[in-house]
Amino acid sequence: MAKSIKFYYDFLSPPSRALWLGLKLSKATFEDCPVALRKREQLTDEYKKINRFQKVPALVDGDFHMGESIAMTRYLADKGQISQQLYPKDLQARARVDEFLEWQHLNLRMACGKYFRDAWLLPINGIAPKPKADKIDQYIKDVETNLELLERFWLDKGFLNGDKLTIADLFGSVEIEQIKLCMYNVSEKRFPKVAKWLEQVREAANPYHDFAHEFVNKKSKQAAQAKL
Amino acid sequence: MRPIRYYYDLMSQPSRALFIIFRLSGLQFEDCAVALRNGEHLTDEFKQKINRFQRVPCIEDNGYKLAESVAILRYLSAKGKIPEQLYPKYFVEQARVDEFLEWQHITLRITCALYFRQIWLEPLLTGKTPSQQKIETLRQHMEGNLDIIEQVWLAKSEFLTGSHLTAADIFAACEIEQTRMADYDVRIKYPKVRAWLKRVRQSCNPHYDVAHKFVYKISGTGPQAKL
Repeated sequence: MAKSIKFYYDFLSPPSRALWLGLKLSKATFEDCPVALRKREQLTDEYKKINRFQKVPALVDGDFHMGESIAMTRYLADKGQISQQLYPKDLQARARVDEFLEWQHLNLRMACGKYFRDAWLLPINGIAPKPKADKIDQYIKDVETNLELLERFWLDKGFLNGDKLTIADLFGSVEIEQIKLCMYNVSEKRFPKVAKWLEQVREAANPYHDFAHEFVNKKSKQAAQAKL
Repeated sequence: MRPIRYYYDLMSQPSRALFIIFRLSGLQFEDCAVALRNGEHLTDEFKQKINRFQRVPCIEDNGYKLAESVAILRYLSAKGKIPEQLYPKYFVEQARVDEFLEWQHITLRITCALYFRQIWLEPLLTGKTPSQQKIETLRQHMEGNLDIIEQVWLAKSEFLTGSHLTAADIFAACEIEQTRMADYDVRIKYPKVRAWLKRVRQSCNPHYDVAHKFVYKISGTGPQAKL
């Protein structure tokens, strides 16, 4: 038997969680290789040999090394490690999933990623002060512009691409889960479809979803309590 | 079956990339130019009938509408419309091209686009020019990614993902060419990028120059011109 694929990831990274969930739900066999971002393990020379871009997630399959979660998803799907339900084989159904995956980079991911980085990651590590209130408002506004697009265009059938979970839902929802760390919660009143969808994704991806989000959920709860 | 309808504007980087790829592939398409400068993508008709996100590029293939340039590339490739040379069928080679296409969004593309937008486009629309400090920050962010192109992607090969031209090179070149209009000359600091851009243009011509006619005109720099 061929050696299994090594999967390098950290649960603090949203794309790492999305792909890990995709692998687990597909019952893939892979070697679990956690990389502790909090210890900056991704910046070591050793890790540079794994992924020249020094980011997670990444994979090593024999001599083949690659990064970029969505490119990895496609590679793993071709190797039969991501199920057809999550990443369809049918041409037009797959293109719909791809359309979301390509769209999210400069929209949902960028807005949530910036908010997370500037309001949580940098201040908590003492790299930058906590942004001022008007700056935070701007981050939230950018996030909500994207939530509104999700609400209006993507969620008519419960999931992003129809009535079943696909890898697009995983990549989309983990970005929104991440900003719980900034104590942002999606308003059921303003974004009813998004709020419901997040819950449906969680259910469809459990028990793995709760496992992958343990740190995010724990930290965001602590932060909420500290505020009380 | 009628040919696909292609909605695009040559001022948009991914629009140019697909335009060049379609021409190189000999793909028949109905030419549906959308003048962004006239706000043609913002009309209700465009939103309802063509692309709900009101952006270019997008396509319509006998009733099936699709946006997002990279998704369009993959869809047409899966339909056998794009030669393997440009977007490999073998999954390991395809993964290398995909790795670049996924990498570029929040690195090369966003930083080049912001440089262009804030230094050329916004002043044109608002009459306000950005401060020197702002320009400097935009340049640093962009050059951080140009460094990676020069040192990592072009470290060992003639093209971004190997020894021949693929869609990855075309998408990247179109982003970098955009900065000409904001008077940036990538060739000064980046010898490998300079030589690679020349190879990309040669491999894509005459279509490359057709796609970049407005870039050349607005920047006042033809492909031969010394900046």
